[in-house]
Amino acid sequence: MNVHEFQAKQLFAQFGVPVPRGKEITSPEAATAWANELNTPVFVVKAQIHAGGRGKAGGVKITKDKSAVAGFARELIGKTLVTHQTGPKGRTVHRLLMEEGANIAKELYLSILVDRDTGWPIFIASTEGGMEIEEVAAHTPEKIIKEPIDPAVGFQGYNGRNIAFALGLQNLEPAVMGPFTKMLGNLYRLFMEKNCALVEINPLIITKEKTVVALDGKVSFDDNGLFKHEDVQKMRDLNEEEPLEIEATANNLNYVKLDGNIGCMVNGAGLAMATMDVIKLAGSEPANFLDVGGGATKETVAAGFRILLKDPNVKGIFINIFGGIVRCERIAHGVIEAAKEVKINVPLVVRLQGTNAEEGRKLLADSGLKLEVANDLWEAAQKIVRLTGKAA
Amino acid sequence: MSILVNKNTRVVVQGITGKEGSFHATQCKAYGTKVVAGVTPGKAGQEVEGIPVFNTVRDAVKKEQCDTSLIFVPPPFCADAILEAADAGVKLIICITEGIPVNDMVRVKRALSGRDVRLIGPNCPGVITVDEAKIGIMPGFIHKKGVVGVVSRSGTLTYEAVHQLSTLGLGETTCVGIGGDPVNGTGFVDVLPLFEKDPETQAIVMIGEIGGDAEEKAAEFIKKHVKKPVISFIAGITAPPGRRMGHAGAIISGGKGTATEKMKALETAGVTVVKNPAEIGNAVKKALGR
Repeated sequence: MNVHEFQAKQLFAQFGVPVPRGKEITSPEAATAWANELNTPVFVVKAQIHAGGRGKAGGVKITKDKSAVAGFARELIGKTLVTHQTGPKGRTVHRLLMEEGANIAKELYLSILVDRDTGWPIFIASTEGGMEIEEVAAHTPEKIIKEPIDPAVGFQGYNGRNIAFALGLQNLEPAVMGPFTKMLGNLYRLFMEKNCALVEINPLIITKEKTVVALDGKVSFDDNGLFKHEDVQKMRDLNEEEPLEIEATANNLNYVKLDGNIGCMVNGAGLAMATMDVIKLAGSEPANFLDVGGGATKETVAAGFRILLKDPNVKGIFINIFGGIVRCERIAHGVIEAAKEVKINVPLVVRLQGTNAEEGRKLLADSGLKLEVANDLWEAAQKIVRLTGKAA
Repeated sequence: MSILVNKNTRVVVQGITGKEGSFHATQCKAYGTKVVAGVTPGKAGQEVEGIPVFNTVRDAVKKEQCDTSLIFVPPPFCADAILEAADAGVKLIICITEGIPVNDMVRVKRALSGRDVRLIGPNCPGVITVDEAKIGIMPGFIHKKGVVGVVSRSGTLTYEAVHQLSTLGLGETTCVGIGGDPVNGTGFVDVLPLFEKDPETQAIVMIGEIGGDAEEKAAEFIKKHVKKPVISFIAGITAPPGRRMGHAGAIISGGKGTATEKMKALETAGVTVVKNPAEIGNAVKKALGR
């Protein structure tokens, strides 16, 4: 789960990571009121969407004029921002973060995540703050500093010194060495205690006043850890999520919307991905990833149909079930029952294999439903592509 | 011969009185696995299908000499259950549970490192040595005794591959599901040398997916140490970057972990990479010259 920058900064403040004074704003009036309270030489108004690249897309305004903030708020709220991370449709801005400006002396990059190779949390730091870190890693890998943290003992002083000296902070600004190291320890605590998947600060700045400040902030959480944190669950913003994906989650389905036109419904994540791949090999494009899980029932199949058919791009549906514990004749019953409830007006190919597959296929063939039955994965994929026409 | 588990493996099922635990313990026992004990705290003295239940893994190991644990405990309590098994002296821990917080696994993996215990999973279908022991949730009947070792990050996609191998008459030795989580106990590089050493295994099927670099590490290992033919399929060539495809670990992040990169690394290492998952069985047949 992702959260907004203003929420990330609330968490930073809670864990002792310095941030600019700021507030979430949802109206021009609130912007003016907060500007009066903030009383600072420079005001920064930042659109809050779950995507990077907001600055380039015109989503960040800086002004010295207190009376200008209401106008910026009016302009940004309701505006659609298109950045390299939003896709061509862009995202509508519903809220802003308004905060005090800072006197930047130096911009740094800092993040923490779990290194999948070792299973240890790892800090990534760089002197190239404000840049895309993937770009830095690709072109100047020597400027990427990595510091793994032993989870048995947690963050230690030497971890902080390793990062600080590698960044050259002692030459840059010796006064910030102490606060910087302390801030790293606090970030590690935030990362572990709140079950974060990623904490990223880009840029982390050293100010002319010799302080360390998180000027931007991105936090994403491990969905599996959310049950431990009610406060984090409350930060979820459904405006930032695909409506069909929200509906799927409510039905315990795992759905990801894609851009093709063959809807697929599969049991198991690996087989669901393989099914998408085989649709492409057969000459078309998948409309989605949909894993109905190990316990597929009539209800889950019906919910799956409803979600797939709400996507206007879907021109055909491919159901691929490998019955293990789930028995194929149960799935067949589910498909037949669901097809009665949900009007299916596109071609349907059902491939059943595994436990009681033959029985399931016979049930479907005798059901009178307009569908094609298949035993083999490749045969099924070719069938659905033939019925819907190849992708342009 | 086989790897990891065989007809002498003595299994304790943690979480045996739950819905999943009791169902699968019964299924494993029916396959012929020596399921000799179960654990649910507070339920000692009960039985599940004739399997005695203990309060602690320590008690189960003492009374029934279990060497392997199969875990169905719900996610919030799973780290505790894995560590309990390790402390009780179990040598192999197979964790089926899906949805364990990553940071819990970070601590568990660190605690197990350097100890004489192997963790398989979590979020995996388990391990089966055909006709000897089924320790997991895979359907036993699709397997057929044969010559192919299977190692995979997926569940039903593994059944798909196994089905093809069985139908073509090639059969399997042992199938190992290492699981779809970003931090797990056992990787491809841990299982590959076991298959390479196993005299019955003549070819290896490795099923990977997007996310992380386990397949790239496997490619390096295969290049140096594996003489047997390896056939691989990588799921997710159509997956978009930045989106989690069901499995917690199946995500392309920062442009890393794409299927294309993984296929390239494996091909460079001499692995037969099939693009079509329906062709896994045929590719193995060809590699074995049958």
